[in-house]
Amino acid sequence: MENAPLLEMRNIKKDFFGNQVLSDINLTLHKGEVVGLVGENGAGKSTLMKILFGEDVIRETGGYGGDILLNSQKVNFQSPFDAIAAGIGMVHQEFSLIPGFTATENILLNREDKKKSVLSYLVSDRMDTLDRKKMDENAAESIKKLGVNIDKNMKISSMPVGHRQFTEIARELSKDQLQLLILDEPTAVLTEKEAEALLDSIRGMSERGIAVIFITHRLNEILAVCDKVVTMRDGVVVNESKTQDVTVKEITQWMVGRTLNSDKAAVKKDQKGGNNKTILSVRKLWVDMPGETVRNVDLDVYEGEILGIGGLAGQGKLGIPNGIMGLYQAGGEVTFGGEKIPLNSPRRCLDSSFAFVSEDRRGVGLLLDESLEWNISFPAMQIQNKFLKNYLGGIIKWRDESAIKEVTDRYIDELKIKCRDSKQKAKELSGGNQQKVCLAKAFALEPQLLFVSEPTRGIDVGAKALVLDALKKFNKEKKVTIVMVSSELEELRQTCDRIAIVSGGKVAGILPADEDREKFGELMLKNC
Amino acid sequence: MSEKTQGILSKERIKGLVDNFGLPRLIIAGFLLLLLIVAPFVGADLPTQISNIINRFSWNGILVLAMVPMVHSGCGLNFGLPLGIISGLLGATLSIELGFTGAFSFVMAVVLATPFALVFGTVYGWLLNKIKGGEMMIATYVGFSSVSLMCMMWLLLPYHSPNMVWGMAGKGLRTTISLEGYYTQALAKILQINIGNLSIPTGTILFFALLAFAMWAFLHTKTGTAMTAVGSNPEFARSAGINVDKIRLISVVMSTWLAAIGILVYEQGFGFIQLYMAPFYMALPAVSAILIGGATVNKATITNVIVGTILFQGIVTMTPTVMNNMIHLDMSEVIRIIVSNGMILYALTRKTEGTK
Repeated sequence: MENAPLLEMRNIKKDFFGNQVLSDINLTLHKGEVVGLVGENGAGKSTLMKILFGEDVIRETGGYGGDILLNSQKVNFQSPFDAIAAGIGMVHQEFSLIPGFTATENILLNREDKKKSVLSYLVSDRMDTLDRKKMDENAAESIKKLGVNIDKNMKISSMPVGHRQFTEIARELSKDQLQLLILDEPTAVLTEKEAEALLDSIRGMSERGIAVIFITHRLNEILAVCDKVVTMRDGVVVNESKTQDVTVKEITQWMVGRTLNSDKAAVKKDQKGGNNKTILSVRKLWVDMPGETVRNVDLDVYEGEILGIGGLAGQGKLGIPNGIMGLYQAGGEVTFGGEKIPLNSPRRCLDSSFAFVSEDRRGVGLLLDESLEWNISFPAMQIQNKFLKNYLGGIIKWRDESAIKEVTDRYIDELKIKCRDSKQKAKELSGGNQQKVCLAKAFALEPQLLFVSEPTRGIDVGAKALVLDALKKFNKEKKVTIVMVSSELEELRQTCDRIAIVSGGKVAGILPADEDREKFGELMLKNC
Repeated sequence: MSEKTQGILSKERIKGLVDNFGLPRLIIAGFLLLLLIVAPFVGADLPTQISNIINRFSWNGILVLAMVPMVHSGCGLNFGLPLGIISGLLGATLSIELGFTGAFSFVMAVVLATPFALVFGTVYGWLLNKIKGGEMMIATYVGFSSVSLMCMMWLLLPYHSPNMVWGMAGKGLRTTISLEGYYTQALAKILQINIGNLSIPTGTILFFALLAFAMWAFLHTKTGTAMTAVGSNPEFARSAGINVDKIRLISVVMSTWLAAIGILVYEQGFGFIQLYMAPFYMALPAVSAILIGGATVNKATITNVIVGTILFQGIVTMTPTVMNNMIHLDMSEVIRIIVSNGMILYALTRKTEGTK
């Protein structure tokens, strides 16, 4: 009985529309055990946890393969409610709390202690009144279990972030049936001291027999609190070891490294040599982009190179291009070819022949309801007056449909965009082809400097290669300087000359693409 | 085998047609056709009825056209149409007050209405830029409040023309002002075609065609393209360097000006200026017409305007006539209200937002 695992996940598989994100995941967890789950963004950690928690998105995208056994019983959760009833609790990265309610009310939401009233006999138990005193006691107890000091009567909206995080954990702890708690990057928002307190309370939970799955990027915390560390990469578990046997360096290696023999082949071959003339220089850049705050970035981009910007999610790498291009509030100094570029004005950037391919393809990158012709020609038409016929001495600027069709057909051909014809609507294309349309849109502007943000996010392997090749070709043939932001280090190494790693809203360091993987890994975690 | 294939083909063709034209439009068109067939049997004169539909189309066309720019820029349906209509009414009453008569008073009404439309439109557009996402709600209230404000102003403004003010008091405008001697039928009379009971107001239709063409042309220019893009995805437009607020403002001003012109054209056909609460009742028919025509909250074409106006005006003129003749009871107003509001309700429940 002692040895029967609490949770067993066997051969878990999951694909999103043919895109394999998890294959053959095995994970076992005993009572009171604390498992650290690490891996780069997109390694499949969150998907795995969503499967375990029975989230709707999994079922809507075709379910999963493999078995989940809880206390040696096979389970198949239809919704998070089932998972909660079975004793699984999850604390998400994003808070799911009601800001206007107090900590007590949030902790006991929908599980309040109630008193019968006259009305509840007459109507139904929905007319019961709340037993505030009992609620306070219960909330205080679960907060005590957590071992931290938060005010149970304070409203969530007036709490510091750390306390909100604790409230969420306290809510899970107050459930009597809790056997397994999933913590998805709980320490990301905490100060060092708060994180310390949280680790203590994780130890406490483990002593009480609650098993914990702890997802974090802070590897030291894993070593401090976990019994076992599981490393995931590209949808497979690459390593599972006892924590006392491993070091941070080893974990980093497992996280970022691919199989060692392909090590050299992956790096971009034709490195740009020689002249290193700075074309774009960024000084003291800050960008207020929610979730991707840039704090203080100094960066120089050389003429004709492809500069990669990498780093973990939420560290601010996406904020850099978005801030420079004026899509989010930014400050600091940006000079391009000796000329100062004003911030917070997309138009001025575009006039200085910058172009930007946004990571938010559907939100910013495309006119989903319009034709490919419109999507590709629109910025060039509006910024540079291309594809227009002038009448009455330029008073009337008429859309030149044939020129638009011509340029669209050219890019459809060049980038191998799979579509019916140039009149097809952008929303009908697959993700990879939509991304190519976004590139075509930027290419049509014939920029001197191109920002590309997450160009391969959510597209399949074949399209990935095509997109990256198109970028390399554009850089080489048109002598365009490219700044490419990506969460995938391998992709950056294949494409870029130099790679800047952003961590904690600052550039942690710039390395040549053929530098050791571990060096990149170290930089990624430097300011976390 | 081949017959079967053909069967499938024609089935597909019909399905394609339905998809293109839209099932609701087919049903409404079918209903209208049925009414036209039934009309002679219940004793309604068909040529008169057809003239009626064409006339009403010519009166209302421009008011419906006024919906197009705001739909394109993503401001939704212009429920604030009364604001533009008020500009038109100010132009009309000022033109009479200043003593212009005959067809020339129409020209002067247009000229005098324009500055009001531009100013009101700018303020209205500025307001709509402050509350992105809730445009249609705010637009409705702009309509309400402007009508109420003008209800007072019509009484207070120092108009003196004896043709317009209350007879006894000698001040304050009347609710209905006859345009006899001013611009009644000013456009309709141009090249008018009369065959028996059938009469076609060629001039009014040409005037509508001119404005519709101008709108179509505008949407093919650089600014027009930007307007459509702003409506389709404002974030995309912003990242392409478009000043989204400015484009939206232009669309609101255009819409307001078209509403001002639209009401003047309506008056010349109808023969009267209607003040006070009248502008209030003009927005909903225009909204429902363009929705029936197949427009959605952020897509509208000139074809939508023409088809919608004909279908809507056809139904609201034919249904009461045929019904009254059948049951010998005057139900026209009730039916008109049920049909037009029902259409709006139907169209709004099916409102399709842009893909996100």
